[in-house]
Amino acid sequence: MIPREFEYHAPTTIPDALGLLKQFGDEAKLLAGGHSLLPMMKLRFAQPGHLIDLGRIRELKGIREEGGALRIGAMTTENELIWSKLLQDKCPLLVEGARLISDPQVRYKGTIGGDISHGDPGNDHPALMLVLGASFVLKASTGERVVPAEGFFVGSFATLLQPGEIMTEIRIPVPAPGTGYCYSKLKRKVGDFATAAAAVTLRMKGETVQEVAIALTNVGASVLRARAAEDSLRGKAMNDASIAEAARLAMRICDPAADQRGDAEYKTVMAGEMTQRALRTARSRATR
Amino acid sequence: MAAATDTLERETKLQGLGSSRLRKEDARFIRGRGSYIDDIKLPGMLFGAIVRSPYAHARIKSINKAKALAVPGVVAVLVADDLKPVKLDWMPTLGSDVQAVLADKKVCFQMQEVAMVIAADRYSAADGADAVEVDYEELPAIVDPHMSMAPGAPIIREDIAGKDEVGHGKRTHPNHIFTWEAGDKAGTDAVFASAAVTVKEEILNPRVHPCPLETCGCVASFDKVTGQLTVYITSQAPHLVRTVVAMLSGIPESKIRIIGGDIGGGFGNKVPIYPGYVVAIVASIVTGVPIKWIESRIDNISTTGFARDYHGVGELAADKDGRIKALRFTALADHGAFNSHVSATKLPAGLFSICTGSYDIPKAYCRVDAVYTNKAPGGVAYRCSLRVTEAVYLIERMIDVLAQKLGLDKAEIRRRNFVKADKFPYTTSLGWTIDSGNYQAALEKVLKAVDYDGLRKEQAAKRAKGELMGIGVCTFTEIVGAGPTKVCDILGIGLFDSCDIRVNPTGSAIARLGTMSQGQGHATTYAQIIATELGLSSDEIQIEEGDTDKAPYGAGTWGSRSTPVGGAAAAMAARKIRAKAQKIAAHLLEVGEGDLEWEVDRFKVKGNPAQARTMKEIAMAAHTSNLPDGMEKGLDATEYYDPPNMTFPFGAYVCVVDIDRFTGETKVRRFYALDDCGTRINPMIIEGQIHGGLTEAFAVAFGQAIPFDENGNHLGNSLMDYFLPTAVETPHWETDHTVTPSPHHPIGAKGVAESPHVGGIPCFSNAVVDAFAHLGVTHMDMPHTAFRVWQLCKALGINKR
Amino acid sequence: MAKKHAVSFKLNGKAVDVVVEPRELLIHSLREKLQHTGPHIGCETSHCGACTVDLNGMSVKSCTVLTVQCQGAEMLTIEGFEQSGALHALQEGFTQEHGLQCGYCTPGMITRAYRLLKENPSPSEEEIRYWMAGNLCRCTGYQNIVKAVQYAAKKMSSPRT
Repeated sequence: MIPREFEYHAPTTIPDALGLLKQFGDEAKLLAGGHSLLPMMKLRFAQPGHLIDLGRIRELKGIREEGGALRIGAMTTENELIWSKLLQDKCPLLVEGARLISDPQVRYKGTIGGDISHGDPGNDHPALMLVLGASFVLKASTGERVVPAEGFFVGSFATLLQPGEIMTEIRIPVPAPGTGYCYSKLKRKVGDFATAAAAVTLRMKGETVQEVAIALTNVGASVLRARAAEDSLRGKAMNDASIAEAARLAMRICDPAADQRGDAEYKTVMAGEMTQRALRTARSRATR
Repeated sequence: MAAATDTLERETKLQGLGSSRLRKEDARFIRGRGSYIDDIKLPGMLFGAIVRSPYAHARIKSINKAKALAVPGVVAVLVADDLKPVKLDWMPTLGSDVQAVLADKKVCFQMQEVAMVIAADRYSAADGADAVEVDYEELPAIVDPHMSMAPGAPIIREDIAGKDEVGHGKRTHPNHIFTWEAGDKAGTDAVFASAAVTVKEEILNPRVHPCPLETCGCVASFDKVTGQLTVYITSQAPHLVRTVVAMLSGIPESKIRIIGGDIGGGFGNKVPIYPGYVVAIVASIVTGVPIKWIESRIDNISTTGFARDYHGVGELAADKDGRIKALRFTALADHGAFNSHVSATKLPAGLFSICTGSYDIPKAYCRVDAVYTNKAPGGVAYRCSLRVTEAVYLIERMIDVLAQKLGLDKAEIRRRNFVKADKFPYTTSLGWTIDSGNYQAALEKVLKAVDYDGLRKEQAAKRAKGELMGIGVCTFTEIVGAGPTKVCDILGIGLFDSCDIRVNPTGSAIARLGTMSQGQGHATTYAQIIATELGLSSDEIQIEEGDTDKAPYGAGTWGSRSTPVGGAAAAMAARKIRAKAQKIAAHLLEVGEGDLEWEVDRFKVKGNPAQARTMKEIAMAAHTSNLPDGMEKGLDATEYYDPPNMTFPFGAYVCVVDIDRFTGETKVRRFYALDDCGTRINPMIIEGQIHGGLTEAFAVAFGQAIPFDENGNHLGNSLMDYFLPTAVETPHWETDHTVTPSPHHPIGAKGVAESPHVGGIPCFSNAVVDAFAHLGVTHMDMPHTAFRVWQLCKALGINKR
Repeated sequence: MAKKHAVSFKLNGKAVDVVVEPRELLIHSLREKLQHTGPHIGCETSHCGACTVDLNGMSVKSCTVLTVQCQGAEMLTIEGFEQSGALHALQEGFTQEHGLQCGYCTPGMITRAYRLLKENPSPSEEEIRYWMAGNLCRCTGYQNIVKAVQYAAKKMSSPRT
């Protein structure tokens, strides 16, 4: 229940935060919402010597639309995502996904940036980011780079975020009107990580699939992009057979860890089931 | 007419027996002014943190305190050697075994207590606990109770290796605890041998944990000057704790004060005496300052009294019409490393022999073999009414199994086997005399309310479309109110209970009892009982429990015993007062006692009702000289109530589930619970207990488990995995009732709080199995998680689109 | 020993100051240093919600907040609900609808429901269950808690006569 001792810093600007990161190196951890890091520290699984709290940096907040993209400050909380009229209107997948994360209290503190950078395969935003074609603004004291979500998630608790870098913003191209979407998440109860989940975005051209993106949560060392499944659907009609085939191909890439939620077989089949449900719902929501 | 209205008005004003009056205790809780154990702060108080074993079975080679003692704020580190001079390294358990307070030489379950670090505050204590260095030599662990008595099994309890009994009869193996049986084995076997139909199932009741929202803890304070030991403690049985502590410590019991304040849920978790309490007491005696010990949630789930872990075999023999002729139930009971759970001396398997249930079964035999394993100690807990959950689960599952074998409807088979309403008091073939019941009426009421026939039609239609819908029926009788002291004792102390009532001159009263509420609403319900008996408003009757300096001796609150035993004591004490009041009234009215009749709140002269004296007036008179010659002053009474029998609440529950064959998820569409607890003291409070017990049953049936790997390591002992449903998962509950009073209880009440748990669990299980019954499935072990149900769907080939 | 921080914030409308190590959890500062034992501890993995307080307009689990993060904050705990002897509608609702038994989850429930009703003054039963799912209860089975919140919603939305 009690963390080990550490020093606490609450910078008010990004340069200050970067300076602290540089100063304390691998002794330091960034504190975003704290609801992944602090529980680990309370059980003494994580024991950083320094915490750099990003909570006072105003630049890291805010949701706006600029140049055809939604720009979301990395310290935007799940709750802010849910109540954002802009997102409800322009990117409802993100709202649906945020609503399925954890519980109300955790969502007041948990941040989109924290969820993405933590690298926990159980986190939900990575799958949403992949299917939305998002990119992340990463700032270091040497400069800034923008990396696509695709390829960002390297492994279990491993992302392309380098030591000395802070994720400052998430950029999402505004989904075209008529885009179908769904995040379908199987879990044991509210607050649990996914047993398996699938995120889908979908554009139809008449009766055939013009574009589709499918990503899977918590059925591998990190989020999985189901490219073969997508390829099998592109240019085809969506029916029971094509959906089943896509699900089958999605299952092929799964490699979940067995735990109290289920064994590898169950989780894999559930990934397939969630893929089917997400595809069906996304189809029903797609217009034109 | 006016008189009747007036009487009704006065009765309503009392808010006595039967009133759904609001609770008196709420005032402090809604303001956050409850006084729970972690709220207690005493001057100079230090904090204790326990060091626990990472291994399930290991020798302790050495313990090095040096680094811990060097942590700023750490005052002392206690290990078994420090307890030996006061002979407290081992303690007797409530199950007639002994348990290590701090492990000496070996540990027998993962997270067993090895040391306690005492520090200035909980932060330093945590740092200190981290710094204690213990060198272990791992030993092979026994996790499966079926392996406990296998040839070559490692001996878990070397401390009692030479003993051929541990409180409950001969042991046949070092890892054997006891074998207990009841009934007529030969007669039962004979019936089975010649029966027209027999059914047999292996039925697991998995290990689960009550997990109340508040964990266990204490503040122990020994005063070196006066020699007085005060312990604030999360205990459901303060007086028993006091007696045991006196036995253990050598401090005279009159110098020990145990104080139970507000308790954040018990559910049986707070009955045992845990090592943490004992070490805190020793630490306080040694240091002379108060010591607080509060466990964490992971500690709580991993080391305090778990529930169930009964590996059962159920068998029924019947005729071709489904009339059960004999019952044969056996169980292998995994008690963990110590037999620590509360056990009446003669009933080491609790009240398991209630397993004939609501049915008239002419021959029965049951046997429980208890063994040690390298897991935390426990077994009796979690609204179980002392193994009644295990017993009722078996009979309610098996009668469904029998129904399926014979192709009989699950409600009909129960009808055919019920003890009929005119047969009470009914003595079962295992020796319990059920006080009253009307099982038929309860079942019919429920079946009508849910349109049972309609549900079966709907189920048939759904099955034709390949959909899984299940209807669970459960008609349970349970046994509570421990109990008659001839049969029920703990460490020899009889399970009576008590009530001490004092009425003061201005006509309000205070009553103290030997029971101990952990949320059941005693401050309200006992006041209601006494209000009706004495004709005083329940608003003006203060109820106190938990302070052993003030409360009369009792065995506490567990096994739903408060209403049956404490409530009886309250009524009887109140009646003693009313009997005295009648004499005083006669004196004041200058009539004979026989000329008076009692009406709501006063004695009236028969035939001259204007001549009356209220209890309030009598209360004042009792403190004056205006009393009959020779009568003692005052208006109070104490009753120690030894119940003549247990009580037998019962119920009929129906559950409707829809199962998703693609994910294995179960949706509880409807749950209708009819409970009969005899006289109903406060319907609002009863309904709340039913909601809570059903929710805990839902958790057990659909997700709770305490999983271990093959080395005895916990695999899911935090709230990440231990399933406590939120408001989203929890179904909506419909409640109903019938009233069949207990003939032997002073107010006809039976107790109710465990019934929904006892009846709910088999009802949910029966519903889930029923969903698959048409596919030949006769039993499915709990928990019915989506994963496990899906595995069955897959095995049946129905999980694919 | 880590550097201690002086932290000032408003607790139930009153200015308070504490001096804490960075690792000190808000729940401990409230309960130990500030004598506010209303919020309770029910777990150490941030699941149960018994420690819920209202921090800068948000329902948060005070066991997962560092006190050092609360500089300048506005905080409401259960102790701040009764005003001049008048109970808050939620406190009334929990009593009227028997929304509590042992009382341990109650401060967290009421504090959370307060923010819920601020953001959603007329929630449906389903919405109440969803938006209260961060608070666990073992005694009540939630049904009367839902009714308690509905009672309060109704009372707070009725025009006063």
